[in-house]
Amino acid sequence: MLDDFFVRALLAGLAVALIAAPLGCFVVWRRMAYFGDALAHSALLGIALGLFLDVETLVSVAAVGAAMAILLLVLRQRGRLANDTALGLLSHGALGLGLLAISFQEGLRLDLLGYLFGDILAVSTNQLILLAGLGVVVALVLAVIWQPLLLSSVDKDLAVAEGRSAQLAEVVFLLLLALVVAAAMKLVGVLLITALLLLPAAAARGIANTPEAMALVAAVFGVGSVVLGLESSLMWDTPSGPSIVVAALVIFAAVQLGTAAARRLLPARH
Amino acid sequence: MSAVVEALTDALGRPIIEGAGLSFAYEGATVLEGIDITLRRGEIVTLVGPNGAGKSTLAKLLIGILKAKTGAVERQSGTVVGYVPQHLTLDATLPMTVERFMALGPGGSGGRAAIKTGLQRLRVAHLAKRQLRALSGGQRQRVLLARALSRAPHLLVLDEPGQGLDIDGQAELSRLLLAEKERGCAILLVSHDLSLVLSCTDRVLCIDRTLCCAGPPERVVSDPAYHRSLGPQAAQVLALYRQQADKDKVVPLAERGRHA
Repeated sequence: MLDDFFVRALLAGLAVALIAAPLGCFVVWRRMAYFGDALAHSALLGIALGLFLDVETLVSVAAVGAAMAILLLVLRQRGRLANDTALGLLSHGALGLGLLAISFQEGLRLDLLGYLFGDILAVSTNQLILLAGLGVVVALVLAVIWQPLLLSSVDKDLAVAEGRSAQLAEVVFLLLLALVVAAAMKLVGVLLITALLLLPAAAARGIANTPEAMALVAAVFGVGSVVLGLESSLMWDTPSGPSIVVAALVIFAAVQLGTAAARRLLPARH
Repeated sequence: MSAVVEALTDALGRPIIEGAGLSFAYEGATVLEGIDITLRRGEIVTLVGPNGAGKSTLAKLLIGILKAKTGAVERQSGTVVGYVPQHLTLDATLPMTVERFMALGPGGSGGRAAIKTGLQRLRVAHLAKRQLRALSGGQRQRVLLARALSRAPHLLVLDEPGQGLDIDGQAELSRLLLAEKERGCAILLVSHDLSLVLSCTDRVLCIDRTLCCAGPPERVVSDPAYHRSLGPQAAQVLALYRQQADKDKVVPLAERGRHA
């Protein structure tokens, strides 16, 4: 079954969508959309380093992302820059460095499109196993830090006052995010990663009453986006990454319309 | 017997929390300088002072939210902290019901029954299914208090806990704080509310970057340093409070102690 490129793509997509959804919820709750973008921009530097050092790009991209995350934390705590300025500096600095590093690599220019827009149909069995393993690790770690991270998303001071694990949970969360961005790069490409994190979570917001419900619904929407996107890319011969993101956008719009209609049709409960 | 011994040792010996020589600077400007503060079991201490005096900063230094530039904070190991912040930074995109919020966090209260009891104590059990961000300021304040108390804290830190509360709510707050004190909880209040300060505080610290004066509330509010830092309205509020207290026959805590 894994010999079929489409099945491999579908399974890889599902693995990434399932872990991106709950992390995406935290990205939305903590207003870190721009941070997701910054991580994505740093991916090019990771790719160049991976090729230079001859390691799997998933690993090198995650490592550069993790370094970015830690640098951002340090800048935020010690620096005098506003959060978005610090992010912009890191994001575009890393992008510039990444493009420069890539320009030194012979023969990479043709592959660049794959990195920018995703190349899920080319996922190998080994990469699929790596993604699945990554998914399990991220899910387990997220389960451990869920409570303190959630409390610090409600109110950071409250979380710090009640236990020291809040700050640690935040660092671990940024590292997980770096990992997932590296994984999602294969799926939708550097340019569209943030969409995969944000869209399912944003769509779930309107119909969930608790954070756990929102993460679960976001996971369902993420899976739906991957299935819908890949099917439509097969049907209409469109690029797979953008198709997945457009599918997520369609789901988001449908949920918005659906909840607006429900609010009009159903009498308010008071 | 052992509880009595423990209480005696605590009363005479080690405080629950102790800050020595605490200083803090924000963007180069000194906010606090050389503050010493201790809290013992069953003691209610209130920080008063003008806006920007560093009261909330001091509270945050004590419970580890901020790190002191100089000085050190020592806390008895295993101290459970209950904290009620001045504002909650909850983002509108985070769906959070009151009951989910109550159960959240390390050392959170055990089970639905405990959550229900905690909410009932603050008369907000009917809000359990409501979204936290849909509550009024006063309701949210009650929920925050309910959550802090449900942790059975050894140290309770409340930043302007009276804000948004109606008159009944404020009276209830005083009663609750006195009940927690009886239980042995050390309480640190940051408050502008003089009636709250006078009705249940054991010791007042008047802060204005440095420690201006300290002592029992009646003594501090008549201290010239307190009037200098808070301005003429302090005397007026105190006079109003005394009038009101006479009318309601409310006995300030200092006197309650004397009668007991």
